[in-house]
Amino acid sequence: MTPYIYSFLLAIVSSMLVDNVVLSRFYGICSFIGVSNKIKSAFSMGVAVMFVTVFAALICWPIYNYILGPLNIPFMDTLTYILVIASLVQVVGLFIKKYSAPLYKSFGIYLPLITTNCAVLGVVQSNTDTALGFGLSMANAIGTSLGFILAIVVFACIRERLEQYNGNKPFKGVPLALVVAALMAMAFMGLGGIGA
Amino acid sequence: MANSKHKDSFLAGIVKQNPLFVSLLGTCPALAVTMNVESALGMGILFTFVLCCSNVIISLIRKLIPDVARTPCEIVVIAAFVTITKMLTEAFLPELYNSLGVFLSLLVVNCIVLGRAEAFAKDNGVVDSLLDGVGNGIGYTWAICVIALIREILGTGLLTFGKIFTFLPFVEIPVLKFGSVNLAMSFFVNPAGGFLVLGVVLAVIALIQQRAEKKKKFKKVAEMKKIIHEEAK
Repeated sequence: MTPYIYSFLLAIVSSMLVDNVVLSRFYGICSFIGVSNKIKSAFSMGVAVMFVTVFAALICWPIYNYILGPLNIPFMDTLTYILVIASLVQVVGLFIKKYSAPLYKSFGIYLPLITTNCAVLGVVQSNTDTALGFGLSMANAIGTSLGFILAIVVFACIRERLEQYNGNKPFKGVPLALVVAALMAMAFMGLGGIGA
Repeated sequence: MANSKHKDSFLAGIVKQNPLFVSLLGTCPALAVTMNVESALGMGILFTFVLCCSNVIISLIRKLIPDVARTPCEIVVIAAFVTITKMLTEAFLPELYNSLGVFLSLLVVNCIVLGRAEAFAKDNGVVDSLLDGVGNGIGYTWAICVIALIREILGTGLLTFGKIFTFLPFVEIPVLKFGSVNLAMSFFVNPAGGFLVLGVVLAVIALIQQRAEKKKKFKKVAEMKKIIHEEAK
């Protein structure tokens, strides 16, 4: 049991830090750039993404291995996953709206954006493409979404300060943010090889 | 009249409303598959194919789908074409399939494909939607090819063709690498280099835009001065 837990935790850390979802695998860059103007909204977006990613991985793994596999139609995977994710986003939205109004206010508006966030579909798809077991799939989902929260919150902290920058005009806004992202990615490159 | 509308819907996506450089959509594949020009070109072609097909189908059935179920219907249409594309690529161009990896499946959630369906195909005719798809596809393809060109030259010092499109002859053009002299920086094919190149390219585009605006302003001011001068006379 202990080595299993060890490899589970290692998988979480490696997909969160070493192979960060945004900065080295390029998933979810649209929302990474779009929703990182304020720390609070960045954090809400991150939590909402984590919610959906973990549940999507939880549902899609059995669907692929127990329904699509035996029926011999594994090529339908992308179509199935996107339907699961889209309906999951709807359900989660309804749930939060019913049970916690303040929570809905804080991240309800980001929910529709998650359907088109490639981090969710990317995690689920790469889980089944690389034929991971159930435990490691969940570790990948949790680690990846924690990595997404980490990256987007740190990025938002830096961007809030950049708002005051008034120097080079062409770089103002998104170009400068991308240069900052490049520097962050370099920092994360330094973590490469830890898990190996 | 009808002709000029066709032309507009074709041309808009190429430069004026370029999906990547102007609307900043589809940044994930623009960074992930731009390590070399060939895979960027392949991605662009597949992207154009998916976009055209989904635009045509969505525009054909636009009067049948109820408003509440529009997004799910569009996603299913797009996912179907992505699946077809994926299977065809795997069968006929396995090298391209391997180099694009999961990003081929991620075309389903590409903001441009869904965005064009929402913004254009859902209330325009079939011909216009097809032209809009072709225009945006070309716009996106040249945009990611520019980024890939910069990254491949700076990162490897070579331009390689024939590695992914195996039906072409294998050609290697040295640009920054001659014998023992190697000026390439592998930083640019790393993820960090991708962000940097996209950031700098966007800054250059902003610079060009700002210059053009300034020129326009000067022209206007000069015209105003001329008018005032003439009136004073």
